[in-house]
Amino acid sequence: MTSAVARFAARETALPLDGTVEMIHGSGGRATAELVRALFHRHFDNALLAQGNDQAAFDVQAGRMVMTTDAHVISPLFFPGGDIGSLAVHGTINDVAMAGARPLYLSAAFILEEGFPLADLERIVASMARASREAGVPIVTGDTKVVEKGKGDGVFITTAGLGIVPRGVHISGDRAAPGDAILVSGTLGDHGVAVLSKRENLTFETEILSDSAALHGLVADMIAAVPGIHCLRDPTRGGLAATLNEIAQQSRVGMRLAEAAIPFKPDVLAACELLGLDPLYIANEGKLIAICGKAHAERLLGVMREHPLGRDAAIVGEVAADPHAFVQMQTRFGGSRMVDWLAGDPLPRIC
Amino acid sequence: MKYVDEFRDRDLAEGLASAIRREAQSSRRYNIMEFCGGHTHAIFRYGVQDLMPENVNYVHGPGCPVCVLPVGRIDNALELAEEHGVILCSYGDMLRVPASKRRSLLKAKAGGADVRMVYSIDDSLKIARANPDREVVFFGIGFETTTPPTAVAIRKAQAEGLGNFSVFCNHVLTPAAIQHILESPEVRDIGSVSIDAFLGPSHVSSIIGSQPYEFFAEEFQRPVVIAGFEPLDVMQAALMAIRQINENRCEVENQYTRVVTREGNLKAQELVANVFELRPSFEWRGLGLVPYSALRIKEAYAAFDAERRFAIMTKPARDAKSCECPFILRGVKKPTDCKLFGTVCTPDSPIGSCMVSSEGACAAYWTYGRFRPQSSPAEAAA
Repeated sequence: MTSAVARFAARETALPLDGTVEMIHGSGGRATAELVRALFHRHFDNALLAQGNDQAAFDVQAGRMVMTTDAHVISPLFFPGGDIGSLAVHGTINDVAMAGARPLYLSAAFILEEGFPLADLERIVASMARASREAGVPIVTGDTKVVEKGKGDGVFITTAGLGIVPRGVHISGDRAAPGDAILVSGTLGDHGVAVLSKRENLTFETEILSDSAALHGLVADMIAAVPGIHCLRDPTRGGLAATLNEIAQQSRVGMRLAEAAIPFKPDVLAACELLGLDPLYIANEGKLIAICGKAHAERLLGVMREHPLGRDAAIVGEVAADPHAFVQMQTRFGGSRMVDWLAGDPLPRIC
Repeated sequence: MKYVDEFRDRDLAEGLASAIRREAQSSRRYNIMEFCGGHTHAIFRYGVQDLMPENVNYVHGPGCPVCVLPVGRIDNALELAEEHGVILCSYGDMLRVPASKRRSLLKAKAGGADVRMVYSIDDSLKIARANPDREVVFFGIGFETTTPPTAVAIRKAQAEGLGNFSVFCNHVLTPAAIQHILESPEVRDIGSVSIDAFLGPSHVSSIIGSQPYEFFAEEFQRPVVIAGFEPLDVMQAALMAIRQINENRCEVENQYTRVVTREGNLKAQELVANVFELRPSFEWRGLGLVPYSALRIKEAYAAFDAERRFAIMTKPARDAKSCECPFILRGVKKPTDCKLFGTVCTPDSPIGSCMVSSEGACAAYWTYGRFRPQSSPAEAAA
């Protein structure tokens, strides 16, 4: 008797990870429970998740909190320097951190397509777990749904994050003021070029890795040095250009950039040249833009450069009074141009 | 040399700028039409005009392959995707170009048509091989630069017996367009547009060579300087044009010697001649019907001609009312002269084709240059 019970119990711990995602994994029955336990709980392993409830309950201190959510639909799922899993963790931590907040907890919701290899799913989940552990921000609740084959693109992941803002910190996109300095934390365009290089119809050789990284450690150092930072934002989709235009609109100011001061890796510039893309519009996943009073700019730059994720930080321009909220740039060549919003997708030129 | 930023050097640019200031006579204006959208794009992206003296003016020409394709041909592409149910492969730029009734390939795709963006015609061949049960049509557009790869693909398809592949051919020819502009009444008779010199195409000339322009320089008494697509190229070429104008010379000069020869790429020319023949006439957006200005697929490759295979008939279709693209493409008006510019027509929702491609004059003005005050060529000439 005992041995039969033990055998059944043992069966429950067997990993069902050699096949593919099936509709039954989303049915809410035993298969769902097994997937959640064998994959998500095992990798994400933390006390709040282990409570096994449909929500995580935790105490919070009094103060100002931030909450954010991010949906991830990247193709390809695996790319040089990361995958959809690490990206889903970093992206949400960064959105929390850009308020100057210390990220506390994450949630993760998965939409899986029927037929997706469980081994690939495990790679993604393990990568998420690693990213979350390294960042010290646990994934404490989640959900899984399965859609029929053809109705998804392998895996979609939505993460949400909670964080707490230190007292005295007030960072917001509407606080840029004329005269402020604009800083970036490192070379731009690495993520977008790494992903493009693996697109099915575009494979090209490059050693560029995605810069995907959690920036809350860098932000903590920056706030400790300059608590009065006005704006922080990570230039993801649409790159530096889109992010600066957003802030310019929010703050009703103009931006004046010096192209020669903006850090790029030569390989990124070469790839953009080849594809006819403008690196100012290429996505980043481990970089931030900071805007602060001119008097604090050098100090902030120094602190950023001391952090491993800010080694190539640079002051790239300044905020100007401008009723049109135009972002303009002095080109390396000696002329001037607008740095406009991106129109549509960045489409390679043909000629 | 990596050919990434060597031709964007600020010190060299300043050297060229002071040479241009020295040699451009203050008593006259120099209106130099850069033929290609690639030139236009470089001028705006790098802010070249800021380095030029006030009396040296770049006039933007029609050399944007996306911009000059008439609405009727885009309607044809939509018909192929929507009514014939083919997999339509297109370069990215074409997807947003407005067709009649404000439709576009991108909207057709959202509506369920199988429209795919490709980076090269080779990808279309791959798609045809992978989908033997489907008809795959490549939307072939472009000047002489994109024509040889189309010729190669058609020959490959024939050699492989790839029966489900065909090309909707819209390849056009540069020299015919330049001649048409020079013969247009605004330029020849009325004199409302003064074009003193041309910057000739760079990539196109790498294929056809500099020799085909010799006729215009002679016949129309205008200097032609073949110019590369880098900002230093367009400045140096302008200087060469200014010198010719000052010395009353009308020659074809080649600034882009690192790529272009007088004869061009003979192998590519041979391939094109093997697969294509001249159309007696073809409609250009902005220029109207231009004789012998485009190519069609020869009878020997008829099986790969989507126009024959799907019995495509091009109906004349009107451009949007009050869109000034036709005048802008000939250098008669500037984008800011158009009532639609920046009001209902922006890169996010383009009405005219010049607002679609990043090489179009309107898109370049809007995206890179709308912070500066503008004047029209008519005012500039006054």
